[in-house]
Amino acid sequence: MEARAVKYENEYLSPDALQALQLKRLVQVSRHVYDHVPHYRTVFDKVGIQPGDIRSLKDFQKLPFTDKETLRQHYPFGMFAVPMNRIQEIHASSGTTGKPTVVAYTSGDLKIWSEVMARSILCTGGTKEDLVQNAYGYGLFTGGLGVHYGAIEMGAAVVPMSSGMSKRQLQLMQDFGTTILTCTPSYSIYLAEQAREMGLDPRKSTLKIGILGAEPWSEGMRREIEAAWDIKAYDIYGLSEIIGPGVAVECRGQNGLHIWADHFLPEVVDPATGKPVAEGKDGMLVITTLSKEATPFLRYATKDIVSITHAPCPACGRTSPRISRIKGRTDDMLIIRGVNVFPSQIETVLLNIEEIAPHYQLVVSREGALDELEVQVEVEEKLFSDEIRVLEALEHRIRKEIEAVLGIQVRVKLVEPRSITRSEGKAKRVIDTRKI
Amino acid sequence: MQARQISVFLENREGRLEEITGILAMEKVNIRALSLADTSDFGILRLIVNDPDKAIAILRREHFTVRENEVITVEIEDHPGGLHDILAVLGKAGISIEYMYGFFERKNQDKALMVIRVESAAKAIKCLQDAGMHLLRAEEVYTL
Repeated sequence: MEARAVKYENEYLSPDALQALQLKRLVQVSRHVYDHVPHYRTVFDKVGIQPGDIRSLKDFQKLPFTDKETLRQHYPFGMFAVPMNRIQEIHASSGTTGKPTVVAYTSGDLKIWSEVMARSILCTGGTKEDLVQNAYGYGLFTGGLGVHYGAIEMGAAVVPMSSGMSKRQLQLMQDFGTTILTCTPSYSIYLAEQAREMGLDPRKSTLKIGILGAEPWSEGMRREIEAAWDIKAYDIYGLSEIIGPGVAVECRGQNGLHIWADHFLPEVVDPATGKPVAEGKDGMLVITTLSKEATPFLRYATKDIVSITHAPCPACGRTSPRISRIKGRTDDMLIIRGVNVFPSQIETVLLNIEEIAPHYQLVVSREGALDELEVQVEVEEKLFSDEIRVLEALEHRIRKEIEAVLGIQVRVKLVEPRSITRSEGKAKRVIDTRKI
Repeated sequence: MQARQISVFLENREGRLEEITGILAMEKVNIRALSLADTSDFGILRLIVNDPDKAIAILRREHFTVRENEVITVEIEDHPGGLHDILAVLGKAGISIEYMYGFFERKNQDKALMVIRVESAAKAIKCLQDAGMHLLRAEEVYTL
């Protein structure tokens, strides 16, 4: 068993001690949002309970879920639980219909974020001797800064590469002697391919550990990545609504992701009924932030499908519950090159272009290591011109407007009416041919 | 003076053009002239037929995206410089051509015909007639 870090003893609490801590924090955060977020006050009053009435998880589970739609309704700052003079950082991620999902951090929240992300790096075997090359995007996306704060907190050196510039990534990796790479799993495969194209052998690099996340992946991909780089590849989970990266991560056992349950209370529920499912069974992951101040969310519906186990980890001895890899989604969200994409976002763009509901289909494929999104739009008579340049201009306009909303490159293809498969009259919007 | 031209949106897929010619043949629609403009993804088939109303109804019934435009058909001498004479007239008048395509006349072997789509049709027609060019009436085109 590895040495227990005294600082993070919450990872090794007994079930009773963890539950007691969670309950105490649950009441605190409930009071905080009841007092400062009108939406939550309404929710509590409607259900007919007061924060002080919460004596068990069962009491708490009377509350409804919070989701992206709740956040959208209170855009931009309606869910903030502290005044602006206490806010230190604001992030936004894509919403389902154009309005982004806004989250904020107080200085205390940034400390928690740094802590959970530091714990995540430590959990994978990282030490202060390591050099972390952070190839998650820096910016509104929480991936870049979250990993950055965590690396600093645990004492490692961090190279803030951000995403892209693959040749430069590889050059610096070689020159600096990077030992930990943080990026999406597909990008790590792409980088290995690029390295070989440059005449480098990725297996001979100084890299030891990959901390990979922000998109779903599989054991097959893990084996591919580990073989390509001769490293250990660990799955990390997070979402901006909860804090960003650092919500859960694998340890060297690579058998489930330890969720930092002293800060994030996990529940796994049946997405149809909202009722808890038995341990080990698949359901939707619901998370309550137990300690965040600026944007605490009660029972946030992640829409991610997982299972959970509370059994102590045989590999590292931590008692933090472990969630499985993300097995799917309860909604139609796609993750393309680490970016969340909702078909409804594309539909909104198309509606704005022609004020008609065009038939469209999204075809997601993986070419080499990277995801490709093709948006097929049926050419109705209202859109049709007998001039090539007009149709090409239309293609170009659709592409630019979608790219402006999604922030990733897409391909637009005009197709004939009725060429998009309709099942029972309803168009099939997404064809995902990626073999993950 | 202008003839009706039917444009059909086509994906670049094998056999797609053949499907259209098959449908028109079965319904006994006779194609007088055609051109195909394409990119790597899609194409636009432009047709002049003997019975435009029937052709449009059939193609719509088969769920093709169809659009109707009017085009000018002008007769040119089938000798070197014949096409240039027409373009010179339009160019001088500052009329830009969106697209054009040519075909031969069955009855009059020493003449060629050009189908021209311009932005300002009325002005183009006047210029060409003033220059002594022979333009075909719609009925003449359909029954070539």
